[in-house]
Amino acid sequence: MTPRAPDVPSPARNLVHVMLSPTDTTQRSATISVLVDNESGVLARVIGLFSGRGYNIDSLTVAPVDAGGLHSRINVVTSGTSMVIEQIKAQLDRLVPVHRVADLTMDGPHVARELALVKVIGTGEQRVEAMRIADTFRARVVDTTLGSFVFELTGNVEKIDAFIELMRDLGLAEVSRSGIAALARGTRVI
Amino acid sequence: MSAELTQSGAEILLRALKDQGVEVIFGYPGGAVLPIYDALFNQNAIRHILVRQEGGAVHAAEGYARSTGKVGVVLVTSGPGATNAVTGLVDALMDSIPIVCLTGQVPTHLIGNDAFQEADTTGITRPATKHNYLVKRAEDLARVVHEAFYVARSGRPGPVVIDLPKDIVINPAPYAEPAAQHPSYRPRTEPDLGQIAKAVALMKQAKRPMIYAGGGVINSGPEASAALTKLTRLTGFPITNTLMGLGCYPASDPQFLGMLGMHGTYEANLAMHDCDVLLAVGARFDDRVTGRLNAFSQGSQKIHIDIDGSSINKNVPVEVPIMADAGKALNALLAAWQASDDPVDKPALASWWREIDGWKAKDSLKFTQDMKRGGIIKPQYAIQRLFEITRARGKEVFITTEVGQHQMWAAQHFHFEQPNHWMTSGGLGTMGYGLPAAMGVQIAHPDACVIDIAGEASILMNIQEMGTLAQYRLPVKVFILNNQYMGMVRQWQELLHGSRYSETYSAALPDFVKLADAFHATGMRAQSVDQLDDVINAMLDCPTAVIADIAVDQAENCFPMIPSGAAHNEMLLGPEHEASGAGITDAGLALV
Ligand SMILES: Cc1ncc(C[n+]2csc(CCOP(=O)(O)OP(=O)(O)O)c2C)c(N)n1
Ligand SMILES: [Mg+2]
Repeated sequence: MTPRAPDVPSPARNLVHVMLSPTDTTQRSATISVLVDNESGVLARVIGLFSGRGYNIDSLTVAPVDAGGLHSRINVVTSGTSMVIEQIKAQLDRLVPVHRVADLTMDGPHVARELALVKVIGTGEQRVEAMRIADTFRARVVDTTLGSFVFELTGNVEKIDAFIELMRDLGLAEVSRSGIAALARGTRVI
Repeated sequence: MSAELTQSGAEILLRALKDQGVEVIFGYPGGAVLPIYDALFNQNAIRHILVRQEGGAVHAAEGYARSTGKVGVVLVTSGPGATNAVTGLVDALMDSIPIVCLTGQVPTHLIGNDAFQEADTTGITRPATKHNYLVKRAEDLARVVHEAFYVARSGRPGPVVIDLPKDIVINPAPYAEPAAQHPSYRPRTEPDLGQIAKAVALMKQAKRPMIYAGGGVINSGPEASAALTKLTRLTGFPITNTLMGLGCYPASDPQFLGMLGMHGTYEANLAMHDCDVLLAVGARFDDRVTGRLNAFSQGSQKIHIDIDGSSINKNVPVEVPIMADAGKALNALLAAWQASDDPVDKPALASWWREIDGWKAKDSLKFTQDMKRGGIIKPQYAIQRLFEITRARGKEVFITTEVGQHQMWAAQHFHFEQPNHWMTSGGLGTMGYGLPAAMGVQIAHPDACVIDIAGEASILMNIQEMGTLAQYRLPVKVFILNNQYMGMVRQWQELLHGSRYSETYSAALPDFVKLADAFHATGMRAQSVDQLDDVINAMLDCPTAVIADIAVDQAENCFPMIPSGAAHNEMLLGPEHEASGAGITDAGLALV
């Protein structure tokens, strides 16, 4: 994707005009995308913000997203009360190398996908069953030996969780997950 | 690199500093910054003040910045030079003070090798600064310096570190002019006029309004204080200041209710508790101000002006958030107030003032001074006399403080009419702040009277800076309220820990008069109330730096006090008043 030219003035973050309630302890999950300068230390800054202020990181991905490699997109899934999530966005927004912060969960529908590599070790009936389930999940086999498979699976987090759960009884040996990548649906861009 | 690059990185660095208007650097040399010191040696435009410890350099730069509104500049070496600066950086971060701190670093090819005096300075200072940079390429140097100044002073100001590997300052580097615009960091300063209109509508209908103004007003510049004063007088609303905000509204004005918060006045805290419309400007609802959050100003609708979006709705949810520069928002409010035909509820306002006057009559800062010959000096009285005598003399006075009871008494009993004349470590509460900060103030205002109101414990934390005062003939006055205790901690032990004074007695104190003498300053001492005025006058008359050791009542506690975890209307008043307050809950005991 092409991020918007960085010299467009950063629109002031929309302050929440609905009243937040400190007594509302309902936790919500938020998928937040952050467009940052691709410079050294920027990821440490974001992670340090979360650990230093005691916020949760449920998933985190980062990669350059423009042709010149000048900007990176960080996708972070976090959880907390509405007041905490608003704080997280405001704290991210005031970091110097941050261009834009979008709350994909709040701002409208979005798609979120994760990639997982799943190693299953087994033989005989277990192996056949693992293969059959992989088929229904549309997982690809990216490595195979007589005693093992490495499946590649993409999808939403729930789908990947479900696949891994099923593999537990079939010789699940190791999992590597990418964390989620996410975009708003429709024409909206960050 | 092209052949016409004739200037070294160090020279380019100084050129960029000059272009940023830098006149003074507070620093301390070492191996990694030798090339920069060499470049400093060869020029006259920038003055270097040699401190005695790097921590002192940052506090001095803070004092310089806070008393002038300019960016304070620090230069320290790699490793221990940088780590010594960290406390000052966090102090500046918490109190939103614009600082650019240049740190030396080992040459780029040695970074990561555990080289001599290597420290991961950008790693260590990442959470201690607003932003930091490691310059790895000569062509980035000038741009980074300009950017650092822009970041330090824009939006909510703060400290910025530039880590400079030795090869970068030795090798030739190109110069670059400041960029027209920063690519990503462009904080919003203009208020949303829709929100301003909402704010004025709320303020017009208020029956029990209150204005709560903090350090953001001072950071915004003197115009913001002027706009605040105008708006407050026009509306007739009562106003309180935070510790950081003192001076942004004239203390002598009858609408001023004094400071609020843990050691604020009875009237300020009760007015906060009972108001129906609260206008917060450049203040961040910190725990020393709010007391127990779920009891904080429950009945009020709140308007919050702050340039830092993350300060809004952080601790206290507000009805009308306004993310803007305090001065611009206040001027917009002023214009909208004047343009609005909505009536104000004058009878309600009058009865609100009657209620406030009732609280004022309690005289919550009252103390009794025994005026007999030999009477023990009350610390409050010492500050009161310092204030009265300096005011009578008419010379411009700047006050810095250390941290403890003396700091709170200074905030309560020294009164400020103008912004930028009161420098105290609010957010971090750094003992050892006051002396170096006073040094920085005196550098910026050579003819003014600069006084560090100190405690005998705090002053020892950066006492080495007396050497700097001597070297540059800075006539800073150190006014020690010597209660022979870490008084503020002792007070908490008395009130919360059964008077078990664990490790808070200031044993083996130096003879401060001799100490002054050893540092080429003048020492003096007041033992009893009859000596106080003479010592203050002698101190103010003295052309050199002074340490005035004022022996004060050791048992005195700082009141009023809202204990941790208590509400504004559960204030403890002093022994002058009948029993009051709710005392401290178990939950409160766990709080700081
Ligand atoms: C660097 C640092 N260490 C510890 C503290 C905790 N502390 C706060 S006030 C205080 C006592 C200060 O004593 P003194 O300077 O004599 O002032 P007093 O309260 O007696 O006026 C201490 C130890 C602090 N604020 N800063
Ligand atoms: Mg003391």
